Amino acid sequence: MYSKKFISVLFLSLILSLPIKSAKATEECFEGLSRAVFSFNMAFDDIILEPIAKGYNKLPKPLKHGTSNFTSNVATLLSIPNNLLQGNIKQLGHSTGSFIINTSVGILGFFNPAEKIGLKPHKEDVGQTLGNYGVGSGCYFVLPILGPTTVRDSVGLIADSFVDPFAHVTLREKELFNISGNELDFYSIKGIGAVDFRSDNITNFDSLEKNSIDLYSSLKSVYLQDRERKIKNSDSDQDDWDLDN
Amino acid sequence: MKKLSNFFFGLVLLFKFTSLQAYSSNPKDFITELVNEAIGKLSSTSLSKEEKALFIEEIASNNVDIEALGLYTLGELRKSSEKKDIENYQQAFKKYFLKSLTSRLSDYSSSKFEVIEAEQKSSNYTIIRSKIYPDDGNPEIKIDWRVYTKNPEKPLIRDLIVEGLSLARTQKEEFASILSSNNNDINILISKLQEFVNN
Repeated sequence: MYSKKFISVLFLSLILSLPIKSAKATEECFEGLSRAVFSFNMAFDDIILEPIAKGYNKLPKPLKHGTSNFTSNVATLLSIPNNLLQGNIKQLGHSTGSFIINTSVGILGFFNPAEKIGLKPHKEDVGQTLGNYGVGSGCYFVLPILGPTTVRDSVGLIADSFVDPFAHVTLREKELFNISGNELDFYSIKGIGAVDFRSDNITNFDSLEKNSIDLYSSLKSVYLQDRERKIKNSDSDQDDWDLDN
Repeated sequence: MKKLSNFFFGLVLLFKFTSLQAYSSNPKDFITELVNEAIGKLSSTSLSKEEKALFIEEIASNNVDIEALGLYTLGELRKSSEKKDIENYQQAFKKYFLKSLTSRLSDYSSSKFEVIEAEQKSSNYTIIRSKIYPDDGNPEIKIDWRVYTKNPEKPLIRDLIVEGLSLARTQKEEFASILSSNNNDINILISKLQEFVNN
């Protein structure tokens, strides 16, 4: 049953990859609707997420760092199968080693001793793996609450829940190494991760909001560049600034 | 995604430049001298916010290639627009750019800055790779500076790539969206820039 669903998702992504491979990254799927969803997300942020994030920022620093480390450590679980799928053995070592050390020595991931010994796992997901296989991003749109995405990344998001061991034991309530959980565990950890991210960006989002002529487009550009960088695992900017032509 | 915050931090850093001293013409030394002096001065408590804003404007005008940045952010439209429209756009863009960056400056604290290496891409460009270590204990930030060296005696900053995110490209794509929604009318973009400056 599980493998059937997984194969279906991969099959769907492969079908979708055919038309999207040639699509431009900046093309919109349905801009009007995306802008409406974006407005909803901004209101959600103003009323719910930002106030929670501001409260979270008032937590004692060790508690905040511990929580941030914990959610990052759980997220590393998704990177492990994706590094394997990408054939990135070096990063596979980083993510696996980091998870094992932080979960054990780092007391369930609240501390990050793995970083001190040089293990720095990149976050990888199925969207990045598909990008690594050469699947184009497809058109861009905005999801309610979840925010910016593309066709490829939204397919990847669904597929994530099939390859992520954490989703396996929580969302699907399966047992793995005698560990099990439920949907609430999954959404709680993801929610805390979102609050943690938002809390780190209070000033920056305020600044971007204040200084953008079109905030929707600024965030779209930031999202697409960030995904491109993560797929290439490179920080280099390839634009040649050819102003003479 | 946490690194996203660094993107905006870097934007601010670009303008933590003070004083009008002449910096080295060597791109690596140019960035090192300019940023270190700027961090020192702007984290100083002896300057008022207005004085700091003035410094930023002066330093940005002297060390950032605002004209090229304006053309780049205009995209393909720079090739088909009337000369007069381009001039009006450049005027509006410069004011927008300086105001936007001055506004972004105020909330940031001092940091330690280190240049890692310089990579000459061509005779016109050198990429300076650097790291910033924020004083508040947050993780280090990787920043690449795109330095234009066509005139070897006067290097100019054209872009900052913060954790892989190009500030110039973000601006360009924001403008492209505005233009695309307005029938590629440069005058609408100019009026939006002016509106921003006047608000």
